[in-house]
Amino acid sequence: MTQTKGTLYKGREGMWSWVGHRITGVGIFFFLLVHVLDTSLVRVSPEAYNAVIGAYKNPIMIVGEIGLVGAIVFHAFNGLRIILVDFWSQGTRYHRQMLWTVMGLWVITMIGFTVRHLMLFLDGWGGF
Amino acid sequence: MSTPTKEAAEPASKIDMKESGGGGEIPSFDVTLQVRRYDPEFSDDARWDEWTITMYGTDRVLDALHKVKWEIDGSLTFRRSCAHGVCGSDAMRINGRNRLACKVLLKDLDTSKPIMVEPIKGLPVEKDLIVDMEPFFQSYREIMPFMVNNSPAPTGERIQSPEERERFDDTTKCILCAACTSSCPVFWTDGQYFGPAAIVNAHRFIFDSRDDAGDMRLEVLNDKEGVWRCRTIFNCTDACPRGIEVTKAIQEVKRAVLTRSM
Repeated sequence: MTQTKGTLYKGREGMWSWVGHRITGVGIFFFLLVHVLDTSLVRVSPEAYNAVIGAYKNPIMIVGEIGLVGAIVFHAFNGLRIILVDFWSQGTRYHRQMLWTVMGLWVITMIGFTVRHLMLFLDGWGGF
Repeated sequence: MSTPTKEAAEPASKIDMKESGGGGEIPSFDVTLQVRRYDPEFSDDARWDEWTITMYGTDRVLDALHKVKWEIDGSLTFRRSCAHGVCGSDAMRINGRNRLACKVLLKDLDTSKPIMVEPIKGLPVEKDLIVDMEPFFQSYREIMPFMVNNSPAPTGERIQSPEERERFDDTTKCILCAACTSSCPVFWTDGQYFGPAAIVNAHRFIFDSRDDAGDMRLEVLNDKEGVWRCRTIFNCTDACPRGIEVTKAIQEVKRAVLTRSM
């Protein structure tokens, strides 16, 4: 009687990629919601828009943007994997290999993005 | 005439079993079994019970459950019938994954930790490891799991080529144990979803050249709670004790719904 709750189901790659796809999807939705709101401020007044967009110019948001791009890149590549699982007749047999490809592409893309992103930031907000 | 699919190599034994010279003693070892118990007559809460028993290298999880029930605690309740992986009665969650208790050898598990046995998820637990299978069979009945042929019966058998038989061979293997359906996260949260097992059994008739009701089955499954609920999570494929490529079958039904409507 060491545990009172039931255990977590031990799903494999397919289950965790689905969990990741869900979480990144919901996260991206909330970002887009905020993004539509702040962009639409330009219709209210350009000053209000500048003030709100200026709030992004802070180191926490720099890290947040890396997280945002990470979520979008995973969601995009994994979305292509799901399309292949759906429409390629051999897709269900190679879903695991395709997930590793997705993760590989994600790492490569994120290294490239993070380096460029941090360079702009360390350049004294030059690129922002 | 099942296809000669490549069987996965037997996993290496996690226990050092000494080579026993012919007719020698079978090596034994101690295992700790934790079983999730639930008895609505005594408590509304489930609890874990634990036993440490001596078992043999030839024993399966089902044998451990038998030993507990027959020698220690007769109130332990679970289903089993054939005990040889054919009837599909003893699907349960073993160390977090849906398996048939009669097909999992104890020596293949990590016996340094307790072996966790729980009822399958998503179906109402009645007692201990027994769940109410009615919602599962309800979905099964809805996909019309029987041959429908409108042409007059021939004098001999209905001829089918080996290729036509091969088309649905994989899905004929289902034993309705519910390991797939109760491994599906979509089914856990949405009990209305038909679930993998019902779709597998629909696949078995949809792609049978002798059957005439494929369109009706596709109609049934082209529903909000039908094939489109599948999120290709692959837990079902991993759980199937018969090695059916469950997700592949579901995807083929999805594509059949699409091509039919085009």
